[in-house]
Amino acid sequence: METPISIEVRDLTIAYGDHVVQHDLNFTVNTGDIFVIMGGNGCGKSTLMRSLIGLQRPAEGSVLYSGRDFWNVDHDEHQRLKRRLGVMFQGGALWSSLTLAENLALPLNQYTGLSPQLIDEIVSLKLALVGLAGFGEFYPAELSGGMKKRASLARAMALDPDILLIDEPSAGLDPLNARRLDELILELRDSLGTTVVLITHELASIMGIGNNSVFLDTETRTMIDTGDPRRAVQSGDPKVRHFLTRGEA
Amino acid sequence: MPRDNNAQRWQLETHRTDGNGLEIAFAGRWCLDQALPFPDALTTELTDSIDRLTFKTDLSSWDSGFLAYLFRLLKLCAEREIQVEQEGLPEGVRQLLAMGNAVPEQKIAGRESEKPLLFRVGSAMLDFLQDAPASLDFLGEIILAFGRLFTGKTRLRWGDLWWEIEEVGPRALLIVSVISFLVGLILAYLGADQLRMVGAQIFIADLVAIGMVREVGALMTGIIIAGRTGSAFAAKLGTMQVNEEIDALKTLGISPIDFLVLPRILALLLMVPLLTLYASFIGMLAGLMISVTIFDIGLFEYYNQTVSALELEHFMVGLIKGSVYGAMVAYSGCMRGMQCGRNATAVGEAATSAVVTGILLITISASILTILFYQIGI
Repeated sequence: METPISIEVRDLTIAYGDHVVQHDLNFTVNTGDIFVIMGGNGCGKSTLMRSLIGLQRPAEGSVLYSGRDFWNVDHDEHQRLKRRLGVMFQGGALWSSLTLAENLALPLNQYTGLSPQLIDEIVSLKLALVGLAGFGEFYPAELSGGMKKRASLARAMALDPDILLIDEPSAGLDPLNARRLDELILELRDSLGTTVVLITHELASIMGIGNNSVFLDTETRTMIDTGDPRRAVQSGDPKVRHFLTRGEA
Repeated sequence: MPRDNNAQRWQLETHRTDGNGLEIAFAGRWCLDQALPFPDALTTELTDSIDRLTFKTDLSSWDSGFLAYLFRLLKLCAEREIQVEQEGLPEGVRQLLAMGNAVPEQKIAGRESEKPLLFRVGSAMLDFLQDAPASLDFLGEIILAFGRLFTGKTRLRWGDLWWEIEEVGPRALLIVSVISFLVGLILAYLGADQLRMVGAQIFIADLVAIGMVREVGALMTGIIIAGRTGSAFAAKLGTMQVNEEIDALKTLGISPIDFLVLPRILALLLMVPLLTLYASFIGMLAGLMISVTIFDIGLFEYYNQTVSALELEHFMVGLIKGSVYGAMVAYSGCMRGMQCGRNATAVGEAATSAVVTGILLITISASILTILFYQIGI
């Protein structure tokens, strides 16, 4: 393992053409954090994540991974940094023509020189970690919603990423399964030391496992608070408190 | 940070401990970016005389590679009924191994990956036989939908129809022009070579005119539309199937046939005959240009010959064929789209199958119509 990496976002503006989605974002994700990006529908959470994982170039500002400017390093370095990120997309994004085992093995075959036997073993370990032992030969279409979420978490972890970025993990899950997924993320963070960036508007997740956060506002199109969400609900900006108490404060 | 060069690499040693125990000492770096060993290599050490396994670790770093090694090793030990004491492993490793073993492996029956050849041939044949009633079923539904349309029980969405008409008609003009022009040119050359032998080159005009209007115009248009529009229908309806958009229509009590299939079929029924006429005209234009410039036939001579060769019934034949081919493409495209499965591969298969089915149906109906028109003498 290389030295653990942190994320620094500096004066970031994200936009679609002339339409500014969010501007002047400044926050830091420390190693080992469970960092929550929160905000109402349409505030730009997913767009911000696309800038963090290399799918959408920001209009201005920079994203620094351990001090290296993600969008302005050379191609090889950009790819190397990307490989240290694991991404779990909102809809799972499992490749539908591959079995679960093949979904997990693809990045390992692509980027490591491991023996096929060891890759098989890693795949069955990762599936076991998310509670899907024995489902390797299934196609994504044959799984329930909750199983797809867990499988896509397993794929995001296939290359042992330093940073795991997760878009709406609990969307479409029942409260118990949502909580089990939160606990799973927490356990993986504790055992593997992975930094987690979580996009969610699920209060239970924000308060339950988040220890750092940024709040994106829909009206002013910028961030209005960053820090521990449990502090924010006590003493933060009124808008953040309003959000975190479901409009009761 | 690695302390020395040895710490850069994985190291493994085994010692017999007192009695029947074995101790494995892991040291160095156990990470995925190097060629890690596979635990089955240890089988020589894990003999029958061993009934207890302990660990000692001095790792500079580890990741899933190490976990996978242990995961496999624990399975081997379980098979051999060797008792494992995990105290010597790092805390995080023990936690993850516990998580990995928390949910027992599902044994799922009946998932053989490779079936025998005879089985696959048989099941392909059964699929094919099952396809026929499904196709007839779909045809029936379309006919019922037309019935509802003409009795006023369903309203046609004119906006959708216009949109489809523009998509399948005017937007196909360029490709139809290019292909018909080149086919007209080929017909003219083919005729010129043969007719020169009997000194009747002027009959190039008859060959090109009747050939384009009766057969080739409609056939080429049908094939272009099958590739261009039939596949698009299947891909679009298939994607709507994947996104549950078609289910959403059904739950609202809206027939997807009325809503999605009718406008598409009508658009093709209206546009393909027009495209056929247009294609015939372009083909004849190509014949004229080639004959006048290359084979030294007079412009008016060629024109008069063309006019005298063509009769109204030739146009009727071409238009009927064009309509039938249009219907075949619309039918196969919509059917494959509506039958599509729920994943990306299925959408690809639907589009492919729409084109294959469309061209097959065009060819079959072309043969039937040609024989039929010959028999009734038009």
